[in-house]
Amino acid sequence: MSDQREHDEHESQHESQHDDSVEVESAPLAAPILPEQARRLADGEWHRLHPATPFLRGGIAFLAIIGVIIVNARDFFLEMLFGGDNGFEPFDRLARAGFLLPVILLVLLVLILSVAGFYFSWRMHTFRITDELVEVRSGILFRTNRRGRLDRIQGINISRPLLARLFGAAKLEVNVAGQDANVELAYLGSKGADDLRVAILQLASGTRAAEAAEVAGVESSEAGVAGIVEKRVNELFAPELDPNIAPPESIVRIRLPRLIGSIVFSEATVIAILVAIGIIVMISVTGRYLWLIAFLPGVLGLGGYLVSRLTRSLRYSIAATENGIRVGYGLLSTTNETLPPGRIHAVEVSQPLLWRPAGWWEIKINTASQASSSSGATAKTTLLPVGDMDDVHRVLQLVLPSLANDESRELLEAGLAAGAHDDAYVTSPKRARVLRWFSWRRNGFVLISDAVALRKGAIWRSLVLVPQARMQSVSMQEGPLLRRMGLAELRVHTVAGPISATIGAMDREDVIEFFEQVGRAAVVSAGADTSHRWRSGSVAQNPTIASIDQPEARD
Amino acid sequence: MTERLDLHDAEWRRISTKYAVVEAVGLLIMGVILSAATSIPTFVTGIQWLVAIPISLGIIFLINIALTPRRVRAIGYMLREDDLVFRRGLMFRRVVAVPYGRMQLVDINRGPLDRAVGLSELKFVTAAASTGVVIPGLPEQDAEELRDTLVALAESRRAGL
Repeated sequence: MSDQREHDEHESQHESQHDDSVEVESAPLAAPILPEQARRLADGEWHRLHPATPFLRGGIAFLAIIGVIIVNARDFFLEMLFGGDNGFEPFDRLARAGFLLPVILLVLLVLILSVAGFYFSWRMHTFRITDELVEVRSGILFRTNRRGRLDRIQGINISRPLLARLFGAAKLEVNVAGQDANVELAYLGSKGADDLRVAILQLASGTRAAEAAEVAGVESSEAGVAGIVEKRVNELFAPELDPNIAPPESIVRIRLPRLIGSIVFSEATVIAILVAIGIIVMISVTGRYLWLIAFLPGVLGLGGYLVSRLTRSLRYSIAATENGIRVGYGLLSTTNETLPPGRIHAVEVSQPLLWRPAGWWEIKINTASQASSSSGATAKTTLLPVGDMDDVHRVLQLVLPSLANDESRELLEAGLAAGAHDDAYVTSPKRARVLRWFSWRRNGFVLISDAVALRKGAIWRSLVLVPQARMQSVSMQEGPLLRRMGLAELRVHTVAGPISATIGAMDREDVIEFFEQVGRAAVVSAGADTSHRWRSGSVAQNPTIASIDQPEARD
Repeated sequence: MTERLDLHDAEWRRISTKYAVVEAVGLLIMGVILSAATSIPTFVTGIQWLVAIPISLGIIFLINIALTPRRVRAIGYMLREDDLVFRRGLMFRRVVAVPYGRMQLVDINRGPLDRAVGLSELKFVTAAASTGVVIPGLPEQDAEELRDTLVALAESRRAGL
């Protein structure tokens, strides 16, 4: 790690040098593309958060406590004045013990201290966004300082909890690779958050770095003036990078009947029905209603899960933007996440058995950042809660633009179909049917363009796709049983997530051959990949945008 | 015996045979402790057949120790042009290929037993936890050289996540 860090440092030094040289010759202002506020927030200086932040971060509870105390106190004083005594009031007791005055003073002191504390914590909580990183400082007694490198951004998440929405505030989370490595800006003005995301993504995309390098090649001069940063920002945001401030059109729409249907016919519902049958049987056999209580926690949990799944998927949208895929969902508390290109490490298209008659599929993804917020954790890994075949293809083209050609589409379709030995997939040999009773015809792998495709399962069909540029390593293994049968297992390792790209019970020779093939292809893809600064390298034009066929108007 | 899972025309670099000693001693200590611990119920309760547990454990460990030299010989690694390939396991064979550019960091560890015979263990870490490339039983000098080579290779083929 340390070596890589060092390398990064070197790079950043170079980049900043280039940047300096640009600053000198900033041309007349281009039309302001970013709103003033976002430009101001992303100018590399320290800024404060939304003034309502302390209240939104738990101040409400504090206010409620004060309210309770005041109400109690009022009752007490009224009683003192007009008589009447119910004897058990807390203030009453204190007054009798002669502690009333000190207690009131103490409460006042605590009140003043906490208001001051909230104020100062807000004052001290500052952030800045530079070309290279996003940094947050906070804390009064215990100072914390967190930096995230922009070229390691895995996604930007804007969430608006209900309360914050009322205040017109939003939480911006910059996900950097790693467990709990999020830089959180809570809270910002709602509009400001959207604009700031655009600004951060543009900085992260390497637009500036690329242009700076170009300009530096033409004319190199000495250090620049710091005062014209803003002009430079304007100048460097070329017209074609114009951020579409209006939210882009979603390429998939989930209608309410389909959403409800997908939840009704999900595995969770099947479990719920089985549990219900279990309860009824138990009660009728034993005649005791106590069994209801035994199952209650489970039932409640399940119900909660189903409801949260429903609300989470309401108003779902997925769309291509200049800087990656934007996924939004939520009715009351909304979340809106942007995944820059090349941040998706594995994709799984799967179909629970009960969805098959309807032809619905679900898409899950692995990303390098694990969201710390509980609301984000599950939703983030589900890219498409439910969709038909067309939706699946549209979303897949969005996440893996290289799969947009006809040949790939054919392979993908074969990957989702029932499967037989006559397609391009290398499948399990017949002798493997002892291990894969129903799925041995389907169980197989193939290379689709620059992704590894693993097709699995006959009852629970799934297709796992791993872009080779994101693959970490590949392994093959066998135990005594597989060895006796001349079979082996293949694993493609990706960052941690809900998807494990593993396929077992394949012919040994096939596995060895595929292992070599994947190993070679991974090196080539990784070498050609520039998505950590997705606009800086050879991929000047965003392939994501170019290759998406817009959905026809659908009823 | 059927053939094993292996790469064709591969020239594996072997680790030091001294590592077998380390493995065997480690297993021996482990086996003795476990056998002793599992034999406590027999003494406490006086039930005779409970003795079967420590005895069978002991036998398993003895077989394991007897197989140690072969297992150590099965461990191999290979520095190919663009990736590191690592192989281990006799019964449960595993072959992993990691492109150099995927390296996040390299660890060198020395346990007390390793130190006694002058060996090191090299761990190659990527962003995927399941990669699990740990090359044991490298002479200290070799381990450090290998680390430097890997770092240099990773540097020249650096890739994002």
